[in-house]
Amino acid sequence: MNLSIALPILIPLFAGALSLVFWRSYMAQRWIGVIGTAMLLWAGIVLLHTTWQEGIQVMHMGNWPGPFGIVLVADLLGAIMVVLAGITGFATALYSLVAIPREHEKFGYYPLLHLLLAGVSGAFLTGDIFNLYVWFEVMLVASFALIILGGERAQMEGAIKYVTLNLFSSALFLTAVGLLYGVVGSLNMADVAAKLGQIEGEQQGLISVISILFLVGFSIKAAAFPLFFWLPASYHTPQVAVSAIFAALLTKVGVYVLFRFFTLIFAHDTGLTHTILLWVAIFTMLTGALGALAQSEFRRVLSFLIIGSIGYMLLGLSLMTPLAIIGGVIYLIHNIILKANLFLVSGLVYRLQGSYELKKLGGLYRSHPWLALLFLIPALSLAGIPPLSGFVAKFTIIRAGIEAEAWIAVGVALLVGLLTLYSMIKIWNEVFWKAPPEGGYCEAPAYTHQGNSLVMYYLPIAMLASMTVLIGFAAQPIYELAEASAAQLLNPAAYIEAVLGVIP
Amino acid sequence: METLLAIVSGVLYASALYMMLRRSIVKLVIGLMLLSNAANLLVFTAGGLTPGAPPLVPEGMSQPVGLIADPLTQALILTAIVISFGVLAFAVVLIHRAYEVVKEDDMDMMKDTDK
Repeated sequence: MNLSIALPILIPLFAGALSLVFWRSYMAQRWIGVIGTAMLLWAGIVLLHTTWQEGIQVMHMGNWPGPFGIVLVADLLGAIMVVLAGITGFATALYSLVAIPREHEKFGYYPLLHLLLAGVSGAFLTGDIFNLYVWFEVMLVASFALIILGGERAQMEGAIKYVTLNLFSSALFLTAVGLLYGVVGSLNMADVAAKLGQIEGEQQGLISVISILFLVGFSIKAAAFPLFFWLPASYHTPQVAVSAIFAALLTKVGVYVLFRFFTLIFAHDTGLTHTILLWVAIFTMLTGALGALAQSEFRRVLSFLIIGSIGYMLLGLSLMTPLAIIGGVIYLIHNIILKANLFLVSGLVYRLQGSYELKKLGGLYRSHPWLALLFLIPALSLAGIPPLSGFVAKFTIIRAGIEAEAWIAVGVALLVGLLTLYSMIKIWNEVFWKAPPEGGYCEAPAYTHQGNSLVMYYLPIAMLASMTVLIGFAAQPIYELAEASAAQLLNPAAYIEAVLGVIP
Repeated sequence: METLLAIVSGVLYASALYMMLRRSIVKLVIGLMLLSNAANLLVFTAGGLTPGAPPLVPEGMSQPVGLIADPLTQALILTAIVISFGVLAFAVVLIHRAYEVVKEDDMDMMKDTDK
């Protein structure tokens, strides 16, 4: 038994249960939130270190061998994603100390946050397709409850769309699972991958249908074109800490699963699936960037930019060359950190000026220059300005595109970089540079328990911004990590051997 | 039998989609219920219907004898039913609350967050 793989799932589950025990003591829940997410981060780092040193880690649940029991598998990509979940979870928990009103704490904000993190980590680490479905549902139920905490009209309207589309994608996922089990007779990812390689003849068509069902199901979760409408309709409605962790992690779980399935399991017929993925990626980038231009609400601009970034990651996957996968992995790493950060900044702006509408904001550069700097770092990084982290990620993906001679994709990726920069400059002009709006603004009321100190708002923002700078300046280790993880993704045989113990 | 069940689950999918495309949020939830049942039935059918013995290993042997029914699909559906039950309970409460807040049973009246 290799317990270190299970820890990233067990820690948040345990912390969530502990928060339930302290139902009435909000102070205890807050600190369990911080400590629990810090421990998740620590467990993720330990796991990443072990995976880096010793290769793919496998844990057979209940010691049932190979394809019969449920396995937990941590390869480099899975471990990296767990670390990122820990980082954003920790930042969100710190931010929640001051940014979550008491009425939300009363209805179980912290237990739900832990449950969400447990579901996310489970999805990153499982090696079994049906188990993945279960973790998805754990994550979804927690996110459903988090998105409606507060019960405002906008939240209800957003939640109906969010819930419906996500349940629909889960049903597609389950349908595909059923059909896949009918064809292959197994749901262990490694076993399925090994067996699919041997299928020939008539059943090839059915396999293609199943792969498209998975593709559509996961694309809804990843908010890829044309299945993204639920995201900008709902992500700006909950509390900003909730928006931040959703923006950072939930769509990326969809992207992670696409990376896993379409490098490991459905890698035999790349002509069909990866061509679709390429066009999906192109249109996702475009719609995200163009949608952001048309918005005038801080968090809605950011929501559309999430969609734009998903396009870049899918582009990395669709090209399927080693360099493209490296670019996709770096893009995942840098994007999760800075998306959480941008949402946290928008929350602090709301705290200072009481609005998310860009035209009601202004003058923050004069009054809070440090906040302006902390916004500028992730904003310019998202647009891909060197030397920040986004430059490394975009450079790698676009270079891979040029090498693969995917000219349209390269052109669109470059154009979308410019459009993203424009959206960011728009926010900069409206929120930070222009004079405060006439009639002034009203500071949002501080929640009773937090006092007037803004330190706990700045701390997670500064932490994430320094990581963005660090990834930009110390790109070499991150690149090596992404390179090793891409090598693992493109060599399914090693994954299969690690799980089943035989060479296919 | 398989053909019949395949047709039934196809009809369930179709009616689920039809209900989900209506404007009423109540019909939306009915659509979601039908959809989860359709998926469960499909998992059950696709796993193969074998009219065999229960999958028990006789005493003193290491594997069952003769034709046995596949227990895994049933375990999968059992899990899926429990999950969809919980999620649908949430969805029903959600539309109830949404109706209380918005005072409308019409998706077209819920476009404020799309602008």
